[in-house]
Amino acid sequence: MRIELERRPDVSKLFSILSPFIALGLTLIFGGIMFMMLGKDPIAALYSFFIEPLTEVWSLHELAIKAAPLILIAVGLSVCYRSNNWNIGAEGQFIMGAIAGSILPVVFYEWQSPLVLPLMMLLGMLGGALFAGIPAFLKAHLNTNEILTSLMLVYVAQLFLDWLVRGPWRNPGGMNFPETRTFDATAILPEMIASGRAHWGFGFAIIAAILVWFMMRYTLKGFEITVLGQSQRAGRFAGFSSRKMIWFSMLLSGALAGLAGIAEVSGAIQQLRPVISPGYGFTAIIVAFLGRLNPLGIVVAGLVLALTYLGGEAVQVSLQISDKPIRVFQGLLLFFVLSCDTLIHYKIRMMWYDLSETAGKGIR
Amino acid sequence: MKKLLFALATTAAVIGFSAGAYAADKAKVCFVYVGSKTDGGWTQAHDIGRLELEKALGDKIETQFLESVPEGPDAERAIERLARSGCGLIYTTSFGFMDATVKVAAKFPDVKFEHATGYKTAPNLATYNSRFYEGRYIQGQIAAKISQKGVAGYIASFPIPEVVMGINAFVTGARSINPDFKIKVVWANTWFDPGKEADAAKALIDQGVDVLTQHTDTTAPMQVAAERGIKAFGQASDMIKAGPETQLTAIVDTWGAYYIKRTQLFLDGKWETQSSWDGLKDGILSMAPYTNMPDDVKAMAEETQKKIESGELKPFTGPLKKQDGSEWLAAGASSDDGTLLGMNFYVEGVDDKLPQ
Repeated sequence: MRIELERRPDVSKLFSILSPFIALGLTLIFGGIMFMMLGKDPIAALYSFFIEPLTEVWSLHELAIKAAPLILIAVGLSVCYRSNNWNIGAEGQFIMGAIAGSILPVVFYEWQSPLVLPLMMLLGMLGGALFAGIPAFLKAHLNTNEILTSLMLVYVAQLFLDWLVRGPWRNPGGMNFPETRTFDATAILPEMIASGRAHWGFGFAIIAAILVWFMMRYTLKGFEITVLGQSQRAGRFAGFSSRKMIWFSMLLSGALAGLAGIAEVSGAIQQLRPVISPGYGFTAIIVAFLGRLNPLGIVVAGLVLALTYLGGEAVQVSLQISDKPIRVFQGLLLFFVLSCDTLIHYKIRMMWYDLSETAGKGIR
Repeated sequence: MKKLLFALATTAAVIGFSAGAYAADKAKVCFVYVGSKTDGGWTQAHDIGRLELEKALGDKIETQFLESVPEGPDAERAIERLARSGCGLIYTTSFGFMDATVKVAAKFPDVKFEHATGYKTAPNLATYNSRFYEGRYIQGQIAAKISQKGVAGYIASFPIPEVVMGINAFVTGARSINPDFKIKVVWANTWFDPGKEADAAKALIDQGVDVLTQHTDTTAPMQVAAERGIKAFGQASDMIKAGPETQLTAIVDTWGAYYIKRTQLFLDGKWETQSSWDGLKDGILSMAPYTNMPDDVKAMAEETQKKIESGELKPFTGPLKKQDGSEWLAAGASSDDGTLLGMNFYVEGVDDKLPQ
């Protein structure tokens, strides 16, 4: 027997809209069963997971902090993926952006001026874009596979950061611990509103999402991205260059990942450490697809994914359970969302055939 | 309809009130863990301490914990969540939680915080640590007796003072028995990564060491040592199950005594900030049973342990030289705590260059 996914001839509009809700419903049912099997009240667990983090102001701020880098990176990635450029290395671009932006507060820490912060953000974008420029160059001119090159460069970035904070950039007053000096107040991204610690990184994320959404929907560039993504040949007939598109999409997503990196470091961590990201660059890939590569969808997807982290902690505290079932539950949610989305476009077909019959035909 | 609503509202209020009253009855003591509470090492030792605390003071307190909390901004959120959920006393059990704990402590002046192995305090933030190096000195002496080749392997995590101090204590102990003893160090750059730790163990054994010790948290090195038939020391928890024929002894972190002492002070309203650094004599660490060694080595280890507990023996006592041959401590002089807490140099006998 073989199971095949077969593309549906037409996609149901109704189910496209319903799919996330069906997925949520299935998650609630199966998650509830899991919590029940653990001997916990499923209603209380689901409440702590999905509702409790939304009921308090401080927790909404935390949601914004957690979602900001995910959204910012995923918005950039959506442009890449729509144009058929598979940038998997946003994690590395995030780190290089953070490093480039930190040059001012770490190396030139004595220079304190209102110019520091905007310059840091620009340097962060530049750092991320340049680092994404490496796989872009390799693909555009040497025809290498950008999935491999961008992914491998993540390790380069991680080790470079590790070397910096243990070596030349180590805090001279930090008891030999691997971290840089903490940033001066002029180098810290301010809070958006006074009620909590959500910083401007979230503002950047929303602005970026709106700008990219506008570009994709209303500009020629957006059309070019879509056309080249769907058919390079058709794009060529329209006079679009796929080589230029490689550069454009990779540099844009690199810059946004770099901005996410420096915003996270400046707003939330306030110094460089050996590890500055719990895998934002990779999680953002999920966010991009969860948001169906639509910048506005990505905002929602980023918030949902951030909610699963916060909710996971809330359940741990309120029900006194280990974090393992929480991870299973997060996995359930992603599994149902992505499989429901898949089943809108595809249907499952079971192929029954007799083994003895195929054996006679030889290898196919 | 109105009546029904009213009834519902009062019921809700009563339930809400009784839940609140219940919470007020028992003080909440909370823990933030960097790893999984069943990691078999560092975090598990803290969780055992938490359970001992529950056993001792369970009628007056309840405990909560968050596990596998990454260091960095996530830690700040996790600690703040506990502070907001009504915890009166919060233990943050990893060095990397230091700045996050400082920030949250400043926001919640009425909540008490205790941070393990850090160096920043505040009126409502104390630090606590354990003199692990006392145990490592004993391990060094055992290694010098057991090793045929006079070389031990040391799997280190990060080049921070805590770890450098451990390496130096081990070498100093070993050289008190065999003045030519050497150790080889591999920096795993992780606290918890079974794969990397196992690789480090294999690399060290391939370089010819015949005793292994570790300052990382998993039992992987112990298992590798068992496979290759050499002896090893456990870390943080008793790892005898991972190497019944292999483990010589282990430094066992017994935080429970400290947690009970400090929580009692908190309940009595006598909690004050401090920087605590207890050792073998205070029961904050202990040695797992001395196994898989000849009786005379066991007797020596037990005697050294007694001497350290009574204060007769201080592991870092001169004459001691730094790695480059310059004098560190003159004969009879003992190191002060300040030097130990900022230790960034090796003593003689370490076959490695300290990552700077």
